[in-house]
Amino acid sequence: MAQIRVLRRVASLLTTPLAPEDILGLVNPLSSSRQLRGVVTKVVRETPDSTTIHFRPGRGWNPHAAGQWARVGVEIDGVRHWRSYSLSAAAGHDPAITVTAIGVVSTALARDTRVGDILFLDTPQGDFTLPEHPRPLLMLTAGSGLTPVMSMIRTLVPRRPDADVVLIHSARTPADALFHDELLELADQFPGLTVKHWFTRDSGTGAPARRLDLGDATDLETLCPDWRDRAAYACGPADFLDAATELWLRDGHDDTHENLTIERFATALLPGTGGEGGLVTFEKSDKEVEVDGDVPLLDAGEECGVVMPSGCRMGICRSCLIPLVAGKVRDLRTGEVHGDEGELIQTCVNAAAGPVNLDI
Amino acid sequence: MTVLQKKAHNPIGHLTPEDIEQLGVELDAIRQSVIDTRGADDAAYIRKVIDAQRKLELGSRAILLISMFPPAWVVGTAGLAVAKIIENMEIGHNVMHGQWDWMRDPKIHSTTWEWDNASPSEQWKHSHNELHHTYTNVIGKDNDLGYGIMRVDEDQRWVPFYTAQPLWNFVNACFFEYGIAAYDLELGKNLATKERRNNPEFRARAKVTLKKIRNQVTKDYVIHPLLSGPSFLNTIAANATANLVRNIWTHSVIMCGHFPEGVETFERKSIVGETRGEWYLRQMLGSANISGSKAMHFMTGNLSFQIEHHLFPDLPSNRYQEIAPQVQALFAKYGLTYTTGSLPRQVASAWKKVIRLSLPNDFGRKARAKVLPLLPVTPRSEAGSRAAA
Ligand SMILES: Cc1cc2nc3c(=O)[nH]c(=O)nc-3n(C[C@H](O)[C@H](O)[C@H](O)COP(=O)(O)OP(=O)(O)OC[C@H]3O[C@@H](n4cnc5c(N)ncnc54)[C@H](O)[C@@H]3O)c2cc1C
Ligand code: FES
Repeated sequence: MAQIRVLRRVASLLTTPLAPEDILGLVNPLSSSRQLRGVVTKVVRETPDSTTIHFRPGRGWNPHAAGQWARVGVEIDGVRHWRSYSLSAAAGHDPAITVTAIGVVSTALARDTRVGDILFLDTPQGDFTLPEHPRPLLMLTAGSGLTPVMSMIRTLVPRRPDADVVLIHSARTPADALFHDELLELADQFPGLTVKHWFTRDSGTGAPARRLDLGDATDLETLCPDWRDRAAYACGPADFLDAATELWLRDGHDDTHENLTIERFATALLPGTGGEGGLVTFEKSDKEVEVDGDVPLLDAGEECGVVMPSGCRMGICRSCLIPLVAGKVRDLRTGEVHGDEGELIQTCVNAAAGPVNLDI
Repeated sequence: MTVLQKKAHNPIGHLTPEDIEQLGVELDAIRQSVIDTRGADDAAYIRKVIDAQRKLELGSRAILLISMFPPAWVVGTAGLAVAKIIENMEIGHNVMHGQWDWMRDPKIHSTTWEWDNASPSEQWKHSHNELHHTYTNVIGKDNDLGYGIMRVDEDQRWVPFYTAQPLWNFVNACFFEYGIAAYDLELGKNLATKERRNNPEFRARAKVTLKKIRNQVTKDYVIHPLLSGPSFLNTIAANATANLVRNIWTHSVIMCGHFPEGVETFERKSIVGETRGEWYLRQMLGSANISGSKAMHFMTGNLSFQIEHHLFPDLPSNRYQEIAPQVQALFAKYGLTYTTGSLPRQVASAWKKVIRLSLPNDFGRKARAKVLPLLPVTPRSEAGSRAAA
């Protein structure tokens, strides 16, 4: 170890003011452990709107647990953007993400990614993961919310003969349903998996084309009568998850909240919480920008070229914290205006409420 | 030159306040047109330059491992000098201005870049971006006017020390990177009194600079020579030569930016309450360009477009050339002089001034025309501080 340290020191004397890995990076872009990267190895079109991107990560990656997500950075028009994506591959396999095109970054990823491209990465994180001890499971997913659950199913079902998993997945049509055929095959092959697809539009089967109603337990009772006895995992749009949370609180067993684990892809922002906005000054970066009251400080900083730390971009991971130097901010989830000097601000869910100075 | 406010013929006397604000609007539009079209091509450009520069430096240093053979010495030294110039000018200076921050690449960012130069980035950014670019050519505010060791304007008071300023300028050119480091530390001021010398803030900054210098010197004069084995001394000479060439080149280019004839200076009073239009106007008159080939522009880090750079310090350098004709057209439209000339001409002009002003102003010049107000009194604005970004 000591020798390696000496070697490092000598190497950095050679390359100062650059780091040795800046030089190694000339030959192998995956060599940097400071900025983790991955090279795309396979691209698979899943549905008209979604694509699975397999990649081989470089130095510094940790193998993911089924259900975890990673931050992925891509360059669009020369600008680096970061978003979070669940890893859809089974644990123990090379990672992959499955991206559904809905906005700027997801569309670029889903449509323009090619084998050989380099993705910027951060290590896997998140605690939307399988229970430590075997239990009967209920997976409740909608749309792209299937991705983390798919990783769990791929990890668990083929390996554990005692697995008991019911998946209820809601999609618009069979053509829009992610991993449709693979799921049916898995269910065929392994008795431990039951798959119930729910189509909100045309299913071709004559079943009612309507949304899965979680307003009461009726639909659930039909699809999975013993739903209360299962450890449930849910992932999908905000209103879907809100309805599930309420249903479990109301109708589930007593230890409800422990029985339902949810993963959100987007924050529920209060509509109309934005106020007057103001001038945001990023002190160390020497940048300032006038922003509206509904623009998260994270977006405002990125917009003017500040390298802002970020993670989930939805107010859960706290990797976007920046000390407040002066001013007040508004929490876009609650509308509350707050801000003491030195307070750590979650920039992804807070906007300027008047002039704001941040210590970055 | 004499501060513009005291000139017999005020070169902006014909402009009304409305003209000046309109000029600002038109310059803002040029700036916006670049911002709107910044994209993947620009990102690819800077990455390519950085990649090529690193390979050139690596290759040159590899060749210098056998620098005892004269052809290897010549090729390696030339390559290293060019690599160092590109690193300082087209890459370092411009990255530290934040010209590439919009890419959000933490590796090519003004807050993280460290350059191959004695002065630590952090200190250079303060004295250059904040002070020089904000107070460009304001006598008594912009220390770049002679770096505190020279008199480059009639309105700077003559003292006998300046008699030797051609020599100071030459020495400064040869050791320019250390000159910059000393300047960024404000050594002249900070070493003057015991109290200043012992100021913990100054001491902390000096420590950072010394550490940077130690690393730089160890790399160029110890580690790489040691690696060259029997070529030890030749590699030392090669690295010293490359540093010298880089120093003289960067010094010359920078002298051309603000010292040649035709460049205006300003009174301290004149920038009080300056509007954005007025700030732009000062940058236009306070800078001079260098004309020449594409290769020359590249080797100056596009500081040959000093006027465009001073107007828009944070636009990517590869775009200055493209907007230069638009900027020049605005000069013509508003009846202003776009100062430019070939590199030899501008260097000679700057040196001539250094030599001429080493002596006191002659008495004829001292009989001045009456002081003209530069501009009507206008409300305070943030133009100056915004420009520092
Ligand atoms: C932990 C986590 C895991 C995630 N996993 C995945 C995944 O596996 N696959 C995947 O495709 N995405 C996933 N996301 C979402 C992803 O991070 C991006 O938010 C999404 O791709 C949209 O980014 P964009 O830049 O394309 O859209 P933007 O241009 O940023 O947004 C476009 C608009 O779409 C809205 N929007 C954002 N998300 C949704 C949504 N889910 N449904 C409808 N509208 C939305 C936004 O509010 C905005 O108005 C995950 C998010 C988190 C936090
Ligand atoms: S980015 Fe995760 S909390 Fe803000």
